[in-house]
Amino acid sequence: MSEAKPPLLEARDVAVRFGGVLALGGVSFVAGHGEICGLIGPNGSGKTTLFNCISNICRCSAGEIRFEGRRISGAPRHRMAPMGIGRTFQNLALFPTLTVADNILVGAHHLGGAGFVAGMLQLKLGRREEERARARLDAVADLLDLRNSLAALVTTLPFAVGKRVELARALIGEPRLLLLDEPAGGLNHAEVNELALLLGAVRARFGLSILLVEHHMNLVMRVSDRVIAMEFGRKIADGTPAEVQREPAVIRAYLGAVT
Amino acid sequence: MVLIAPLGFLGDYQLFRLTLIATYALALLGLNLVMGFGGQISLGHGAFYASGAYTTAILMTSAGVPYWATLPCAGAAGAALGFLVGWPALRLRGHYLALITLALATAIPQALKCKALEPWTGGVQGVIIDKPGAPFGLPLSPDGWLYLLALAITAVAFTLVANLLRGRIGRAIVAVRDHTLAAEAMGVHVARLKTRTFALSAALTALAGSLGALETEFVSPDSFTVFLSITLFVGSVVGGVASIGGAVAGAVFIVMVPPLANSVSRAAPGAVYGVILIACLYLMPSGIAGLLRRAAASSWWRKRKRGGEHVA
Ligand SMILES: Nc1ncnc2c1ncn2[C@@H]1O[C@H](COP(=O)(O)OP(=O)(O)O)[C@@H](O)[C@H]1O
Ligand SMILES: [Mg+2]
Repeated sequence: MSEAKPPLLEARDVAVRFGGVLALGGVSFVAGHGEICGLIGPNGSGKTTLFNCISNICRCSAGEIRFEGRRISGAPRHRMAPMGIGRTFQNLALFPTLTVADNILVGAHHLGGAGFVAGMLQLKLGRREEERARARLDAVADLLDLRNSLAALVTTLPFAVGKRVELARALIGEPRLLLLDEPAGGLNHAEVNELALLLGAVRARFGLSILLVEHHMNLVMRVSDRVIAMEFGRKIADGTPAEVQREPAVIRAYLGAVT
Repeated sequence: MVLIAPLGFLGDYQLFRLTLIATYALALLGLNLVMGFGGQISLGHGAFYASGAYTTAILMTSAGVPYWATLPCAGAAGAALGFLVGWPALRLRGHYLALITLALATAIPQALKCKALEPWTGGVQGVIIDKPGAPFGLPLSPDGWLYLLALAITAVAFTLVANLLRGRIGRAIVAVRDHTLAAEAMGVHVARLKTRTFALSAALTALAGSLGALETEFVSPDSFTVFLSITLFVGSVVGGVASIGGAVAGAVFIVMVPPLANSVSRAAPGAVYGVILIACLYLMPSGIAGLLRRAAASSWWRKRKRGGEHVA
């Protein structure tokens, strides 16, 4: 009997309620292995909330989420990174008193096992782990052009660089699924183009899948294999970039949002 | 080295005060780990100090254990008590740890007076122990030997904690303080990390309590009132919570300022102490360590600028 490989990520009827506000009203979708999947929708349509459900920062009030066939909704938050789900945050969630290098290294925390005793006594286990983590730090810092900022405190960085530090912090943890919440925030036109190239390069190099929330339509349509559009906590379209752009509900949602 | 030199020329009383500074530095190292690096507030570290002191006193008098063998036991007792207190308190958000540790500090003197425990604790009377002499025929007074012992233990503890803070666990401790949610999303098991940090902190402070008992040759419930916890808290804040160097500065404050206040005004030393404390907090909001760091940074900067002008 040949069982089909389960999809990388599958959401079924995910609903979230904040008091009286229905932030998500039953969203279902599937993200495949190796895909870049764009997630678009006007402000307040529930994109960040959906991310928070996947990383268990928010609890779903109904529905469930599966990753590689395993149910993850309801799991403890600190289990998500070791399972292979990395993420960035819309409004930067960096560690303000740590340097860029240390911020990124925290992303490798779950790959290590050296505890208090190994750390205090500088046991070989801890030293080897630290060397490996620093080698990966060098690699992601090169890729994301952060080499010259490694010693800086993150509070001294422009917003856009902070976004890159978050991306580096997620990448160093070797995720199989990367959740990016508005990675182009604070970027100018040329930088958005660079980001598009970078996302393609990241997928190729690390063999991961990306779920991408973005407002820059050009970016989303250019890099995504598939696009999901949301409005008022519901999915209104799901298909190739070309299909979604033609969808009347999507055009209406965006024209309505522009005014 | 410089720190061993005092053995040559200082009298026993002066050595005793230096030993106290080393001992409080160790206690504050533990407290700074929780407050400065972990971002939690503990108002009850005096209880861990007491647990170490009593462990040493009871093991020496009731079980005939040699003093040096009681030191690791005191650390273990502190870690166990810290774990018991931290495990529930650190799973709740908000200021539960501050409240629970304060409750512990308040309860400890009464618990030590408890009738059922009197055969071991000596009740209100406390326990008298002997100050250990120097081993291996070293030509040192007991005070000289204790100074050396306290100095060595404190130095080792500072080195181990510095190692810890430089690596994976240290980064995670600070990350949790800075942004708990992000640290969790990076895979840090927050409750476990906080509990272990707290247990280590309690162990260090208990070890200090054990040394303190050997120095004063006496433990009693009245030596470990809630006032001791407040003193440690004050020392930690005045020294500078967010650095391990701050623990030394705070220890100097704890040992030197009360006699100073006493010499300024015999009538109201408490008021003088209060004024000095408030002045310190106003003038050095990030503690003595923070002030020294800034002074070092600015003189380094000036030197560099001057160097630059030479070249130009
Ligand atoms: N923590 C929260 N508490 C209450 N309401 C929230 C919270 N987070 C999001 N919301 C609400 O949920 C809806 C969806 O928000 P969000 O997921 O941030 O949208 P998007 O990321 O698409 O802009 C909005 O109406 C928002 O006000
Ligand atoms: Mg959002």
